[in-house]
Amino acid sequence: MSMQSLYLLVPLAPLFGAIAAGLFGKWLGRTWSHRITIAMVAVSFGASVAIFNDVLAGNTFNGPVYTWLTSGDTSFQVGFLIDKLTATMMLVVTSVSLMVHIYTIGYMEEDAGYQRFFSYISLFTFSMLMLVMANNFMQLFFGWEAVGLVSYLLIGFWYTRPTAIYANLKAFLVNRVGDFGFLLGIGLVLMVFGTLDYAAVFANASAHVDDIAPIPGMTVSLMTAICILLFIGAMGKSAQFPLHVWLPESMEGPTPISALIHAATMVTAGIFMVARMSPLYELSDTALSFVMIIGAITALFMGFLGIIQNDIKRVIAYSTLSQLGYMTVALGASAYSVAIFHLMTHAFFKALLFLAAGSVIMAMHHDQDIRNMGGLKKYMPITWITSLIGSLALIGTPFFSGFYSKDSIIEAVALSNLPGSGFAYFAVVAGVFVTAFYSFRMYFLVFHGKERFGHAHHKAHDGDHEDEEVSADHHHGLAPGQKPHETPWVVTLPLVLLAIPSVLIGYIAIEPMLYGGYFGDAIFISEHHPVMHELHEEFHGAAAMALHSLTTLPLWLAIAGVASAAFFYLKRPDIPAAIQKRFQFIYVLLDNKYYFDRFNDWFFAGGARGASSFLWRNGDVKLIDGLIVNGSAKMIGMLSGVVRHLQSGYIYHYAFSMIIGVFVLLSVRNWFE
Amino acid sequence: MIFGFPIISVAIWLPIIFGVLVLSTGDDKNAQMARILALVGSVLGFLVTIPLYTGFVADTSEMQFVEMHDWISRFSIHYHLGVDGISVLFILLTAFFTPLVVLAGWQVIEKRVAQYMGAFLIMSGIMIGVFAALDAVLFYVFWEAMLIPMFLIIGIWGGQNRVYAAVKFFLYTLLGSLLMLVALIYLYNVSGGSFSILDFHQVAIPMEAQILIFIAFFFAFAVKVPMFPVHTWLPDAHVEAPTGGSVVLAAIMLKVGAYGFLRFSMPIVPDASHYLSGVMIALSLIAVVYIGLVALMQSDMKKLVAYSSISHMGFVTLGFFIFNAYGMEGALLQMISHGFVSGALFLCIGVLYDRMHSRKIADYGGVANTMPVFAAFFMLFAMANSGLPGTSGFVGEFMVILGAVKANFWYAFAAATTLIFGAAYTLWMYKRVIFGAVANPHVAELTDLNMREKLIFAILAITVLGMGLYPLPFSEIMHVSVNDLLVHVARSKLPL
Repeated sequence: MSMQSLYLLVPLAPLFGAIAAGLFGKWLGRTWSHRITIAMVAVSFGASVAIFNDVLAGNTFNGPVYTWLTSGDTSFQVGFLIDKLTATMMLVVTSVSLMVHIYTIGYMEEDAGYQRFFSYISLFTFSMLMLVMANNFMQLFFGWEAVGLVSYLLIGFWYTRPTAIYANLKAFLVNRVGDFGFLLGIGLVLMVFGTLDYAAVFANASAHVDDIAPIPGMTVSLMTAICILLFIGAMGKSAQFPLHVWLPESMEGPTPISALIHAATMVTAGIFMVARMSPLYELSDTALSFVMIIGAITALFMGFLGIIQNDIKRVIAYSTLSQLGYMTVALGASAYSVAIFHLMTHAFFKALLFLAAGSVIMAMHHDQDIRNMGGLKKYMPITWITSLIGSLALIGTPFFSGFYSKDSIIEAVALSNLPGSGFAYFAVVAGVFVTAFYSFRMYFLVFHGKERFGHAHHKAHDGDHEDEEVSADHHHGLAPGQKPHETPWVVTLPLVLLAIPSVLIGYIAIEPMLYGGYFGDAIFISEHHPVMHELHEEFHGAAAMALHSLTTLPLWLAIAGVASAAFFYLKRPDIPAAIQKRFQFIYVLLDNKYYFDRFNDWFFAGGARGASSFLWRNGDVKLIDGLIVNGSAKMIGMLSGVVRHLQSGYIYHYAFSMIIGVFVLLSVRNWFE
Repeated sequence: MIFGFPIISVAIWLPIIFGVLVLSTGDDKNAQMARILALVGSVLGFLVTIPLYTGFVADTSEMQFVEMHDWISRFSIHYHLGVDGISVLFILLTAFFTPLVVLAGWQVIEKRVAQYMGAFLIMSGIMIGVFAALDAVLFYVFWEAMLIPMFLIIGIWGGQNRVYAAVKFFLYTLLGSLLMLVALIYLYNVSGGSFSILDFHQVAIPMEAQILIFIAFFFAFAVKVPMFPVHTWLPDAHVEAPTGGSVVLAAIMLKVGAYGFLRFSMPIVPDASHYLSGVMIALSLIAVVYIGLVALMQSDMKKLVAYSSISHMGFVTLGFFIFNAYGMEGALLQMISHGFVSGALFLCIGVLYDRMHSRKIADYGGVANTMPVFAAFFMLFAMANSGLPGTSGFVGEFMVILGAVKANFWYAFAAATTLIFGAAYTLWMYKRVIFGAVANPHVAELTDLNMREKLIFAILAITVLGMGLYPLPFSEIMHVSVNDLLVHVARSKLPL
């Protein structure tokens, strides 16, 4: 098979699976639906591996598949760009997707929408692959919005739940705010470069470095404008402050998609995009600074929120936000390869953590409140061990995958000298403590300590929405006397398979990926940003890096985080409660997530509704229709009411007016002469 | 003409003749015969338009399939028909929708079936005439004749407030057209006694006259589009019209106004078009932003989609008056896509209305539980209405926004708000109607789509996706005509 047809096979196989399960799911039945979709994703994964090997051998590809549209002199094409950046993303996407597909057999076993779910996750895989394989901005935007659509469908998968359909609408609209900027950025690219083809744009980018953006009334550098507009799109998709608000609520969707979409792949699309656009971002220090500061805010402040969450999935969701912030900071520091590296390690350990959380949720009969858990390690050993591995990777334990990527980010920020790098350094270092604290708070509360389950009391969780109602399958919990059980092999197998790269991939990949020129031409770094170069000089092998970390601040911060979590939640659970009372205002601030949701609901949602009602009533109904349209109809009616009196029917009235008329006309004539 | 076969005439008159035949089946005793006859006529009517596409020569902007006969030689009025890359797709679009409308009304319309079906067939022929006419008087006759069947459809088969809506529709559009007639007569005089639209394109006109002519045309076309602020007839007409009426109104009749700008205003008075383009762009952007906001709070589904139509048509006029290829081709693609998508959305609402006899969003909730197949189709069309890539709704919006960036970044900025507003009003409505738990016993009793409805939606779904994934066949046919029009419009027509 030629490489080109292999490229096509990668996205089309899952698309075929999605169509089969979606349109013919009823006819195929459950078993065949998951067999077909899983087989198709496996094919896609296999092809990705083959392509990866081919790319490692030095073969890249950039070419069109078909012409989508022509307009004026511009031709818009659908096409693929296969280089190491793409190949890496393809591997991450297809492998995590395959794990999630298998896991779903167990997780969604009792759900009526089984085939629909498989169809959606296969459709997602197709969309995400189209996004990462694109060789032009138009197709990038297609994939970008298509993954958003599937995310919308999957968050609202349980469409009878008010919280789910609130969350999915919110997710879609917040993402659309980001896409608003993204599309304008694409518009500027097309206007300036006359093409949307990556290669052509990147090749000419440096020629426009001193241009002023063609925005009337503003003098801003063209590259800064393009990069910031594109990044606004990334802020939506990758949930960066202040467009992060949709991600925690996306947890309303089934857990497998939280792992696949809202942790491992889709939310990293923004990170991938900025790395792909490195030839543009490198030309604007302002944009890089902006990226770094936004990322730093997200990394630190979203981490804080993870500390007070009690819903197991929401803790991980805030952790994801914070980790996406880390990746963004790395982008801002021109350490694109480090960002992609962290994206990859994070994809594995975060998918692992989410799937493990799903396993816990199954064992707990869909109770997600960590206050009701405790001591689970005895009952579910595989889930326990894999969760521990995931948590250790997340907090950056030496030799684990997360250590290599996160430590590299911290080092890179330390070396950056862009405005804002000082704050960013503080944020990512402080974030290490926060990460360790909330991760192990959750870990201890779930797997260690006293067994607190068996009191299936139905309290509304978090109280996020006033309209929340507890639906039948949402908060079961274990009844008194019931014990949790380890989940079936289709659930635990993906955990084990994901645990392996969560431990190893960092150690294996750091040297070739960051310092071996792995990405080659796929990532461009200007000589004004020598961060990677300096990092390389400090690097003396993966083992040395891990050993060296014993003397550095981040490791001790992480240890301190774990230790304080152990102390607070295993030894002295009364202390957190006391702190919470003592510092009530901070707790309230965090519990309300800095009041972002309130503000958005009041200002944007309420404001739009208010403006809509006002404009409709006063503009359309009163002014145009009332005054002008119906008003002129009334006016004609009134006028004719008056004029009607002239038509009296009496001949002497007519004769009289005729005489007056003749008299007036004659006088006028005489007067003019 | 193909082998001397007057193909456009057939496309116009075949549905009209079938319409008359359908009418002649008389009262509702023969209703089934009327339906079958109407279906046969409309399908044949579509089939005969296909050679217009397959036989079209895409590398010229000359008129093709031209037919020219004397009609009233005293005033040199001709029966003059022809198509170019701009009009040909709208003829196909018109003929494409007639069978769907006939099918949609198959069971729902029980009274005066023959008259209902006949009116749609006749209207279909007339609208094709509007797109194909190259003689101003012939155009005007078709243009005004189009009003009559629609007036009857709204006035007879409409909802409770149908008389108000029908009269409002009629007067609004009639008042606009009268000024156009004055402009046409003026053009007849300055062109030295010709009613040929193509002659009008060539004649030099002083600026003051150009502006007056532009304003006269504006009233005729802007009302039809409809542009802000002469749009308020549309929500009323849609709400009261039967489903088929709404479909044709949204899918075809609105396009006639936009087509008028391309065929008359811009090529006949290019200098005035440039001079007044700022006003046109402003009105278009108001339509996109203001109407997009107004749509949000509508409680009636049909009214919401009607406002959404106005907002989407704002993209069309914006695309025209920024005078670049992206904008104009995008606008034309948007017109075609809006035909499919708004037609499909009105059919969706019709399906619900047939079952529940309510258009109020508040009367629904949780329809997905009882009508999953319908919910899936509705989702697709709602996403297309929100401009999701991969659906036809994306192509036009994307191109117009790209064109607008080129013209002025802030135009694009205002227009791109539709990404947010369009998704907000469409998906919020979808959420309240389709998602959630079953809201009331009426929703619990709903039955999912039958085969006839599935067929209609499947055809539209394939079209919407097909055009979204591969719009090239739609755009390449209009390419040369649009480019030549842009070149023509860039040349001043002021007398030397």
